[in-house]
Amino acid sequence: MPELRDLYQEVILEHSKAPRNYKVPAAANQRAEGYNPLCGDRFTVYVEMDGDKIREIGFQGAGCAISKASASMMTQSVKGKTKAEAEKIFEQFHELVTGHAHGDPAELGKLAVFSGVSEFPVRVKCATLAWHTLEAALEGKQEKVSTE
Amino acid sequence: MSAATVVPIREKAAPFDVEKVRKDFPILRTKVHGHPLVYLDNAATSQKPQAVIDALVRYYEGENANIHRGVHYLSQLATEEFEKARKTVQRFVNATEPSEIVFTRGTTEAINLVAQTYGRANVGAGDEVLITAMEHHSNIVPWQLLCEEKGAKLRVAPINDAGELLLSEFEKLLGPKTKIVGAAHVSNALGTINPLKKMIAMAHARGVPVLVDGAQAVPHIAVDVQALDADFYTFSGHKMYGPTGIGVLYGKMALLEAMPPYQGGGDMISSVTFEKTTYNKVPHKFEAGTPDMAGVAGLKAAIEYMESIGIEKIAAHEHDLLEYATDAVAGLEGVRLIGTAAEKASVLSFLLEDVHPHDIGTILDQEGIAVRTGHHCAQPVMDRFGIPATVRASFAVYNTKAEVDALVRGIRKVREVFA
Repeated sequence: MPELRDLYQEVILEHSKAPRNYKVPAAANQRAEGYNPLCGDRFTVYVEMDGDKIREIGFQGAGCAISKASASMMTQSVKGKTKAEAEKIFEQFHELVTGHAHGDPAELGKLAVFSGVSEFPVRVKCATLAWHTLEAALEGKQEKVSTE
Repeated sequence: MSAATVVPIREKAAPFDVEKVRKDFPILRTKVHGHPLVYLDNAATSQKPQAVIDALVRYYEGENANIHRGVHYLSQLATEEFEKARKTVQRFVNATEPSEIVFTRGTTEAINLVAQTYGRANVGAGDEVLITAMEHHSNIVPWQLLCEEKGAKLRVAPINDAGELLLSEFEKLLGPKTKIVGAAHVSNALGTINPLKKMIAMAHARGVPVLVDGAQAVPHIAVDVQALDADFYTFSGHKMYGPTGIGVLYGKMALLEAMPPYQGGGDMISSVTFEKTTYNKVPHKFEAGTPDMAGVAGLKAAIEYMESIGIEKIAAHEHDLLEYATDAVAGLEGVRLIGTAAEKASVLSFLLEDVHPHDIGTILDQEGIAVRTGHHCAQPVMDRFGIPATVRASFAVYNTKAEVDALVRGIRKVREVFA
């Protein structure tokens, strides 16, 4: 039986209450908007790209604890990374939350706390919304991303 | 015998026994994550009693054949049963005649049918369609499509902070350009019961017909389309203990007769040549193709099931439950009720501090409690209250006070997790 505490880990609850990088970076030069029509979660992810590198990142918006904590921890994990590195982390993160992780979860560092999401398939969209939005922002796409 | 000596003998009505009712619904024996299922998502769809499940099986085991076509035994039997069901629905909503009952896939199709036939024939450029701010998407989008096509305007009558229609504003919006009104009988997101009789009288005073979305009303209150003087009344089988995929459009005969057909196909025609087709009479004109005959049998069984308990008893039981739940949930720290109209049915929508409804839904689910979380296909209602979503508990005849207590414990659990 899936356990609630596996999903709502302390770290996740803490990030959802006090999200990091909840801001619009002054020099942001790319952004994308993400929306989950199922639950109304809506985030905008802003990045300041320095060539291929994410120099600064921030987000705004509202959503459930899982989506907000995921956005918060995502910004921490990709700051200073290249576009390719960020995409690689997303790939691993996606495998983790869908229960298809084949590497060492520890590779994901703090993001490993999201492993419990795989027990709650309807919440995968919550955990990945910010990541999909980041992907769009990195592509420089302007259209809205939807997880539906 | 003189009238004065006649004493009406009334059999003492059997008291309502919820435990007996629960036994009629096999799915209520389900265990969810080790807990007994507490099903409080009835406004989305209700569960089905054995009588309805049996009717579906009986149809396929003993009656299946295409209707209105064959001369053979089974086709005649299926046709007879189909038309009997139409009479049952007529009696259920007190239509004048069975032909005023058109079978559709559900409320959504019934509303689209009216928008695409009556609407396209009567709404033109510069005209207006009036709806209310508490409509489900299915009573918004069909009118938007129509208005877009015709260059007409969709007007929206506002609601107050309790979720009640502002009747005077509604009346003001009824103008010379208004060609039709669409209004919910009961709001799916807020539970508000609209003052339909007054609204319809106001519209009729200006010669405007009214379509009622009765999807959330029919399961909970006795509906009399003649007493309401509704021009169109729409509802779904699956929210009133019936099968999915079957619904009803009631329309006044004069209106239905004047309307062009909806979809073309078999059953809706009298004769077809490549030059000219003559349409069948109402209601068949609106029932193109082989209908959901099993669904119709199931809908009939659902109505008979509700009548066997008594609509008044169902309404009284649910009213009790709603009051009990409202007091219990509103009394919890941090709870904000959304939708506090004086007249309500079945629905309790709420928020808990800044915990997102989706998180509440997951935690309640772990306790076996099924609630709806989200915008309830009524995004404009959410926007009106400045919220993205709510948690909605909605009650049916088989729910109990013990289940409300379980909900209350569940909400306390949410507070613990998010403490």
